Amino acid sequence: MGAVTTIGITLASFSGAIILGLALALIRLLGLRLINVLISGYVEILRNTPVLAQLFIIYFSLPSLGIMIDPVPAAIIGLSLNGGAVLSEVFRSGLNAIHHGQREAALAVGMTPWMNLRYIILPQTWRITLPPLGNYAIALLKDTAVVSAIAAPEIMFWARNLVTSTFQTTFVYILAAILYFCLSFPLARLVERFERRQSAWL
Amino acid sequence: MSNPLLQVEGLHKNFGALKVLKGINMTMHRGHKTAIIGPSGCGKSTMLRCINYMEVPTEGHIYLDGELFGERKINDSYKIMSDKELAAQRAHIGMVFQGFYLWPHLNARDNVAIGPMRVKDLSRANATELAEAMLDKVHMSHKFEEYPERLSGGQQQRVAIARALAQQPKLMLFDEPTSALDPELIGEVLNVIQELAEEGRSMVLVTHEINFAREVADHVIFLHDGVIVEQGPPSEVLDNPQHERLISFLRQIGS
Repeated sequence: MGAVTTIGITLASFSGAIILGLALALIRLLGLRLINVLISGYVEILRNTPVLAQLFIIYFSLPSLGIMIDPVPAAIIGLSLNGGAVLSEVFRSGLNAIHHGQREAALAVGMTPWMNLRYIILPQTWRITLPPLGNYAIALLKDTAVVSAIAAPEIMFWARNLVTSTFQTTFVYILAAILYFCLSFPLARLVERFERRQSAWL
Repeated sequence: MSNPLLQVEGLHKNFGALKVLKGINMTMHRGHKTAIIGPSGCGKSTMLRCINYMEVPTEGHIYLDGELFGERKINDSYKIMSDKELAAQRAHIGMVFQGFYLWPHLNARDNVAIGPMRVKDLSRANATELAEAMLDKVHMSHKFEEYPERLSGGQQQRVAIARALAQQPKLMLFDEPTSALDPELIGEVLNVIQELAEEGRSMVLVTHEINFAREVADHVIFLHDGVIVEQGPPSEVLDNPQHERLISFLRQIGS
């Protein structure tokens, strides 16, 4: 049960983080000064404060503004906002790795800026950023444990409940750790395979 | 012969306070080949890049085939085109860069085919056929499947030329196409450009290869400090230069 929630939260916030991170990185490329200052402010704040604090703010403080959020959506929103900040830097360096001449060549053959993004820039960004994205997914899977603090019913939340009722502290937490391992290890192998495929292309 | 293929009218280009082009006029007819020469920093690449609006002119206008390029004239004012309109116009002009700029995630064939596929909505089969024909033209038919990083500079540049040819352009722009090449690879690229010239293609060529300009071009423009100092057929400009600056430029590059 908890494992399903863990996987669900991981998938949802990973997707959210990718969309937000890519959007932020692309908007930054437009070179609008005020917006870029706002984005880097956002990125720095989210990267330099604990996720736990961010989750508490979303879950406990927003209701005082009249916004009630359930634990799971709050966890997904929090991890997405945080991950978006982290991944926007990953995407930014991926985009920067592509020589500007490639964009010029795309425009020269008559592509619109959108076609350039779609057919020239993003396919390359994707391949460059695949390994860091994979590593982020692995880290995220384990970091979802923090959302137990806002009572999202994932693995650690169940483990803590179980400990309170059975007092089998060591046994339960080792079991929880094994469960994380069983989820994370296959993911890590998958990421490794992607990395190998990518180095064949580079 | 109705209107000229290319007309450059009162072209100025500033980068901030730096005035790079200070009033360039040029007219070229279909099937003609113009070479632009001059010392580095004279504005010759900028001039070429203004022709297809890779750089937006600060002042002046470009006409391709009698049509205003990159702008719309509304009443008496000029307005820059939308990205989409501009892209459609750029498709008529092929451009070859000093740095090749092939797309590393695509093999040689796809580098050539993707433009026609996405810009002109050709089917994959037709675009592939076109790409192979163009690669054949630049003598690269043995490397269809190869990725750019596995090609020599000369081979990459020939694929880049095939990519521009696949646009079936009215005009080809070459921006110092051999300047980034090792000496032993220059010949193969110049040969391809010469073959295209002999087919009667219209081209504007920025080059340091004076002997090549003499052979290929029917008109030479000597640019210095953002203005055209001297122009005419190569037999005049290159072999009987009048202007002090041109004489010293030709002496410097040992021609």
